[in-house]
Amino acid sequence: MKDPAPAQLAEPFPWPRYPFDPPELYAWLRRERPVTRVHLRNGQPVWLVTRYDDVRAILADPRASADLSKEGFPQFGFRPAGAHERPFLRMDPPEHTVFRRLLAKSFLAKRMQAMRPRIQQLADDTIDAMLAAPDRTADLVTSLALPVPSTVLSWILGVPAEDRDFFNEETQHLLNRENTGDPGAQERALRAGKSLRVYLTGLLEARESRAEAGEDILGMLVTASRDGSITRQDAVNTAMVLIVAGHDTTANMVAVGTLLLLHHPDQMAVLRAEPELMPQAVEEMLRFLTVVHLVVLRVATEDIEIGSMVIPAGEGIVPLNFSANRDDAHYPDADCFDVRRSCRDHVAFGYGVHQCLGQPLARVELEVVFGTLLRRLPELRLAVPFEDIPFKLFSQINGVSALPVTW
Amino acid sequence: MRVTVDRDRCVASGQCAVIAPAVFDQGEEDGLVVVLDHAPSPEQKPELEEAAFVCPARAIALE
Repeated sequence: MKDPAPAQLAEPFPWPRYPFDPPELYAWLRRERPVTRVHLRNGQPVWLVTRYDDVRAILADPRASADLSKEGFPQFGFRPAGAHERPFLRMDPPEHTVFRRLLAKSFLAKRMQAMRPRIQQLADDTIDAMLAAPDRTADLVTSLALPVPSTVLSWILGVPAEDRDFFNEETQHLLNRENTGDPGAQERALRAGKSLRVYLTGLLEARESRAEAGEDILGMLVTASRDGSITRQDAVNTAMVLIVAGHDTTANMVAVGTLLLLHHPDQMAVLRAEPELMPQAVEEMLRFLTVVHLVVLRVATEDIEIGSMVIPAGEGIVPLNFSANRDDAHYPDADCFDVRRSCRDHVAFGYGVHQCLGQPLARVELEVVFGTLLRRLPELRLAVPFEDIPFKLFSQINGVSALPVTW
Repeated sequence: MRVTVDRDRCVASGQCAVIAPAVFDQGEEDGLVVVLDHAPSPEQKPELEEAAFVCPARAIALE
């Protein structure tokens, strides 16, 4: 006998999740209704896609458009004021291809690997500063998880490192737009979007006044807007999406990943004993946590047949990468966190032409930070009970707003 | 084994170059896939299959 549809299915999407786990309903959907129509809080119908194979199929399907200016695109979360503010993440080829090609050079896997010693030095210096605390406690978010990716981003993008606190804070507001538990969240998200745009426009203007625009990404964007391959507005939109994507994601992976290891002492012991497992452990943490939970959105431009369903043209799609990464049909015992698992085929970075541009950088940062933390802090543990950790359960990116630790 | 790639589909994710560095590389300027060895030995089959499966653009074909 089939389970009856849980009452929660009628509740507006998204549904409450857990510190490390997706809503239970995802598992039920994968089993009973892998492709199903639900409603967002604003009443808009969207199709959830929950199985690993189906999520990959949708993300590789050119009929599933990433263009948010198309009718029916899910009106959810961080979004620009209009089509002119679209980042390349919300465009289709060939428009999207221009940006992807322009930025590819800055994120070459080999180039990111070559940055490893510099990132290692940064991680060591950051941890030295953290360890100087006389009471042997620190908030891991502000003392490690945020500073490392923000600093690396400032090198690559060319944003001044001293402005880090400003863009960290604004990014948090931007991604908290759907927080139903916080009445001011929507207003603050809109304000944060505006202030980041003003800030980045100012940075780009300062670059334009120089004779040499520079070799970093801001410099490349200025050069590309000078030669007309992109507009000035595109340059601002691109810098904005890279700031948002480049540090809040990695920072939350560092914080929640550390928490996950502390919560699984057996797994942490394995990693301490066999540090060479770190690259695959990072893949497993990416899969298991899928911190970029509610960002991948699409709209059907034609009827799309998937499984036994047809997603009609003009309706929004939410391919749930968090659900795909917990699909037992692809990962046996998928809800079990196991650093010995081999899972480089996870979809935590998405899939298809929009798959995360910064993934080689994220991997290096995570390997270095977790490796250094385990090596240098053998007594690392939580400074508060697990229940007291402030999880950001409403953000589009899973994370914690603080992580008090001691050693 | 024969390896063919579709550079028009490639999105420069660089995953193939990390998984099978003896066979794939990325162009310095555009990040697009470059095949270093079109006829790799059969021992490399597991990582080539992984690279082809993981490729987000489905740009790698093995025969």
